[in-house]
Amino acid sequence: MKRRLSWVNATSLTLGFAFLYLPILLLVVYSFNASQLVTVWGGFSTRWYGALFRNEALLEAAWVTIRIAFLTALVATVLGTLAAIALVRNGRFAGRTLFTGLVYAPMVMPEVITGLALLLLFVSIGMDRGFWTVTLAHVTFTMCFVTVVVQSRLVAFDRSLEEAALDLGATPLSAFLTVTLPLIAPAVAAGFLLAFTLSLDDLVIASFTSGPGATTLPMRIYSQVRLGVTPEINAASTLLIGFVTAGVVAAALLTKRAA
Amino acid sequence: MNARVQPARPAIGAVRRAFAPWNDPQAKPLIRFENVTKRFGPTVAVDDLSLDIFEREFFCLLGPSGCGKSTLMRLLAGFEQPTAGRVILGGADLAGVPPYRRPVNMMFQSYALFPHMSVAKNVAYGLKQESLPRGEIERRVQEMLQLVQLEALANRRPDQLSGGQRQRVALARSLAKQPKVLLLDEPLAALDKKLREETQFELMDIQQRLGTTFLVVTHDQEEAMTMADRIAVMDRGRLAQVATPGDLYEQPQTRFVAEFVGDINLLEGRVAGGEGGFWQITSPLAPAPLTVHDPDEALETGQAVAVAVRPEKMTISRDKPAAGGNAIEGEVWDIGYLGDWTVYRVKLGDGAILRVSRANASRFVEQPIDWEERVHLGFAPDAAIILTR
Ligand SMILES: Nc1ncnc2c1ncn2[C@@H]1O[C@H](COP(=O)(O)OP(=O)(O)OP(=O)(O)O)[C@@H](O)[C@H]1O
Ligand SMILES: [Mg+2]
Repeated sequence: MKRRLSWVNATSLTLGFAFLYLPILLLVVYSFNASQLVTVWGGFSTRWYGALFRNEALLEAAWVTIRIAFLTALVATVLGTLAAIALVRNGRFAGRTLFTGLVYAPMVMPEVITGLALLLLFVSIGMDRGFWTVTLAHVTFTMCFVTVVVQSRLVAFDRSLEEAALDLGATPLSAFLTVTLPLIAPAVAAGFLLAFTLSLDDLVIASFTSGPGATTLPMRIYSQVRLGVTPEINAASTLLIGFVTAGVVAAALLTKRAA
Repeated sequence: MNARVQPARPAIGAVRRAFAPWNDPQAKPLIRFENVTKRFGPTVAVDDLSLDIFEREFFCLLGPSGCGKSTLMRLLAGFEQPTAGRVILGGADLAGVPPYRRPVNMMFQSYALFPHMSVAKNVAYGLKQESLPRGEIERRVQEMLQLVQLEALANRRPDQLSGGQRQRVALARSLAKQPKVLLLDEPLAALDKKLREETQFELMDIQQRLGTTFLVVTHDQEEAMTMADRIAVMDRGRLAQVATPGDLYEQPQTRFVAEFVGDINLLEGRVAGGEGGFWQITSPLAPAPLTVHDPDEALETGQAVAVAVRPEKMTISRDKPAAGGNAIEGEVWDIGYLGDWTVYRVKLGDGAILRVSRANASRFVEQPIDWEERVHLGFAPDAAIILTR
């Protein structure tokens, strides 16, 4: 049953959303500003988007970011799905509670601490910081999100489907690939997109674990903003917002379909 | 178990009288449970159970909920491992053989159809695992769909089928690999009564045509009686009795079996004496000792027993029966008219209630027996049996 909102609710909802999204809306609007001055409206234009695509440094950062995000999502999806299976399927194995806690911990851990810890690790094992260290770091903190999404799907999964496959002569691996995986695929895809977007917009952990030649887009934007906000940055941020929104919405839709 | 020698009585039941490998000492069982025990923590689901099932048999496991029927079946399919004992198939011990290497297929109670595959793909799934050539797979799938009359629905998804159609897909899928043994866990439980009865006969027909050994779990005794060559009644992880439907109904060996399979009146009493297979039993429910002809029992005077009589083997009348017959007097407490049968519930002096049923052989009765009338119940010495356990 759908109810109409009372005006109190409507007002508070409007104010709440305004509080959340007005700054972002402002940023998007000003990215189409013809004027060089960020705070003065000089008419509609897409010139900053053009400028953006001629800015080598920004483009290079974007490319690095996308490569990291893709690789991160791939590895995090495989590891996260395996962890979900282990948690759901193996019943009450020794240390299960501990393991569950350990999987979830990175979700609530302050990013600064995760970043710092990873930095210490990389330094102490003498690993050169750069593309790979950022990717590894991103895998660590995005994996748990994949696990959560896949796990909720697996809990609802009818075990007898797998037993039927085994009964019909499929090996456990083949039963997983032909029956289980296709049925949990929406959740796995949602996990992938989630990991991808999380990696895409991460600044803190990347700052700790990155090195020369591996500057990500959020890092580049952040450093440029400190020199002064340009409409070009607004344009770059708008594009980033677009990607992240698309990713999160797609993930949500997939999860919903899976449920 | 309990290989009680059958008396020279006419055989009961019309089901495949010539087929009785369990009476042949030379016959080798296809399936053998040998002192199998299965524990889940403190729960004993199957308790030191031994059972032989023969090739081409239609075997039913019957019992109340939680008595271990599904567990027994899953032990054979390989989803559970016995805590103790052995499960043997065709002479080979199945210990350590995983489910996907057992020549046994199972039809799940929930059907467990793969929701992302069409009917044809579901049926083909098991054949694909054997990596048969494609033409062969298609031919077999066609054959199976024909068998269950679903050719027209080959491209539908399971969620586009009715309950009855799903049940047939599940059956076709589990038969496609031509297993030696087909396990069916409550195959008809999800169907309505009419469809269930039709499907029972279809299952019997398919089993006869393919010659597969069927092991069917059910908790519906009529279903078991209709379909099975033999029935095993289970009670708390043990076998209470294994027998043909006719023997199970007419010769139950324990009170549990007698009461679980069909309706029965139990008159508790003591042995007063007997000779030549005719026993005298005194019961507080009857004014005079009851005479029962049960030549298989060896009883002692004074032993506590129950006289068991099925409702349809009792007579009910207003008139006092001739002296010497078994007679019990009571008052009609309740009358249930079922169309084909009328069931009278008769209250005895001490409050015990006996059930008597009468076939409504003619459409009208002159003076039907009415509520609260005094009536005399009787039964022939041959109509009852004596239960000691
Ligand atoms: N995986 C399991 N873990 C723990 N206990 C179990 C498990 N499977 C079965 N049991 C227990 O074993 C006993 C027998 O169960 P089973 O499923 O074989 O009964 P059933 O005869 O098939 O009953 P129903 O007619 O209700 O299906 C029950 O007490 C059940 O709770
Ligand atoms: Mg069961």
